[in-house]
Amino acid sequence: MNLSATHPKWAPYFFIAPFLIIFSVFMAYPMVQSMILATQQTFGPQTTQFVGMGNFSDLWSDPLFWRAIRNTFLYAVASVTIQLPLSLGLAVLLNSKRLKGRAFFRLVFFSPSLVGIVFVAMMFALMFHERDGLINAFLRQIIPSFPEELPWLQIYVMPALVIASLWMYVGFNMIYFLAALQGVDSTLLEAAEIDGAGRWDRFRHVVLPQIAPVTGFIMLLSIIGSMQLFELPYILLGGPGPENRGLTIVMYLYQYGFEIGDLGYASAIGWSLALILMGMALVQRAATRRATNVG
Amino acid sequence: MSVEAKSTQRMMTFMMYAMLLVFALVTLLPFFYLLCSAFKTKEAFFSSHFLPRGEGFLGIDWGGLTFEHFRVLFTDPSLRFGRSVLNSVFLASVTSIFATLFSAMGGYALAKFAFRGNKLITGIVLASLIIPGPLLLAPGYQLIYNLGLLDSYAGLIIPGLAPAFGIFLFRQSMVNSIPVDLMEAARIDGCGEIRMFFGIVLPLIKPMAGAFLLITFLGAWNNFIGPQIILQSPEKFPLAVSIAQLKGLYGTNYGLLMAGTLVSIMPVMCLFLLLQKDFISGLTSGAVKG
Repeated sequence: MNLSATHPKWAPYFFIAPFLIIFSVFMAYPMVQSMILATQQTFGPQTTQFVGMGNFSDLWSDPLFWRAIRNTFLYAVASVTIQLPLSLGLAVLLNSKRLKGRAFFRLVFFSPSLVGIVFVAMMFALMFHERDGLINAFLRQIIPSFPEELPWLQIYVMPALVIASLWMYVGFNMIYFLAALQGVDSTLLEAAEIDGAGRWDRFRHVVLPQIAPVTGFIMLLSIIGSMQLFELPYILLGGPGPENRGLTIVMYLYQYGFEIGDLGYASAIGWSLALILMGMALVQRAATRRATNVG
Repeated sequence: MSVEAKSTQRMMTFMMYAMLLVFALVTLLPFFYLLCSAFKTKEAFFSSHFLPRGEGFLGIDWGGLTFEHFRVLFTDPSLRFGRSVLNSVFLASVTSIFATLFSAMGGYALAKFAFRGNKLITGIVLASLIIPGPLLLAPGYQLIYNLGLLDSYAGLIIPGLAPAFGIFLFRQSMVNSIPVDLMEAARIDGCGEIRMFFGIVLPLIKPMAGAFLLITFLGAWNNFIGPQIILQSPEKFPLAVSIAQLKGLYGTNYGLLMAGTLVSIMPVMCLFLLLQKDFISGLTSGAVKG
């Protein structure tokens, strides 16, 4: 690598100092502290009591924690499996050579990503209104037998969250897919076309393998993001919702840490989430390695 | 090309535009809905989904539209809405400017200098990318409490000033775009290290810095859980927290809620429209180059 060596000794340390200071104080130290906290029961930030692995064994037999895990996984799997094919489809359309107005469409599809989740939740709270909301009005138009009222935010909480997530993230992921598609080697595509491969075959056997690394990356990022779902249901439902239908892992962490005041139990929930996410990242890495070795 | 092939091609092009337009419409409809809802009177609110229908020009009941919600937002002192707008502007500006500066500095050190600890720090930066934010909520809150920074902007801003993600992004983009020969030539000419960073390096990575500035501005503007946990005085709340409170207090006054939401998303929308080219290319630059 091309590195400078004629510099005064202090220079690199000066430039990296803000990171090192902030990282040590606000990241490394809390990381260590969260391991200690996970072995404690706390009442607010001051009063603590050592409970060892008690928090984790309590979590293991806590039905609400399992409910939160189930909801979160359901949301992550449903939203990512619907999101990514749509994102890829839009990116393929936008990547077409004959398309005019690509910049316009790209801007339109990207625009929901600018809206913070809290504000998305505000908009969808009205759109999901059980009688007069835009979504039910639209469904009544296209499905004649659609009921007068459909209580999305009382009964069909997960589908509502997935619909809102599609609006938010399809365009965002599309940007990454589009960048990947633009990097596909066009000589390979032309060669496949000369060999008589159809449109679908070229996509399936030339394009998809080439964008596989980016696809894996987008999938991992989307799942990690989805597993941290909090604001959307918290604002949309004003909390976990009826019968905890919208309770997620991070919402449970928030409730324990900042409504009940037990930072210890909250830290144990945080570590459970962190371990789940790290496990997923390892699986994804192994899968990508295998795919690139085979392919 | 045969006539038949030409007509299939025309059909495909038509289908492509049709699908894109349908998706574009679905994407834009919630924005239009928000816009209409923010201006509708309470009486006209549920009479139609978009603009109130009536006898007026273009078949719209213009009397069903009002600026009342905006007037209430900015004049009712108990809502402190104007204050929240200023709070958000302040928080997002300060956070994004310093986070961009510190990220660029850190990325520069790792990308361009041979020094003891470079490899180790690069490893730390990469490792901390995988730490999920929620893990730090509880211990971070305790730390902010112990530092006496609860309910202060310092406690909200400082922890986010040197994001590992930013250091990594700047490192990646500087490795090949800043020639070391140029740095050494500048040194021979007597240019100091700090002047070199601000005068030579920063201008070279301006597009990347602009994109990152926008990303962090957006992140700080839309941040909810941070201020929700750290701030306690309502007069310090940024828009994301104020809007959530507004929903709790005025849950069925949809016109007011939508007016507040509209005001909250307009500034970032405008900023983005002004600077969108840099933004999108900057977003993907780190991901695709890897």
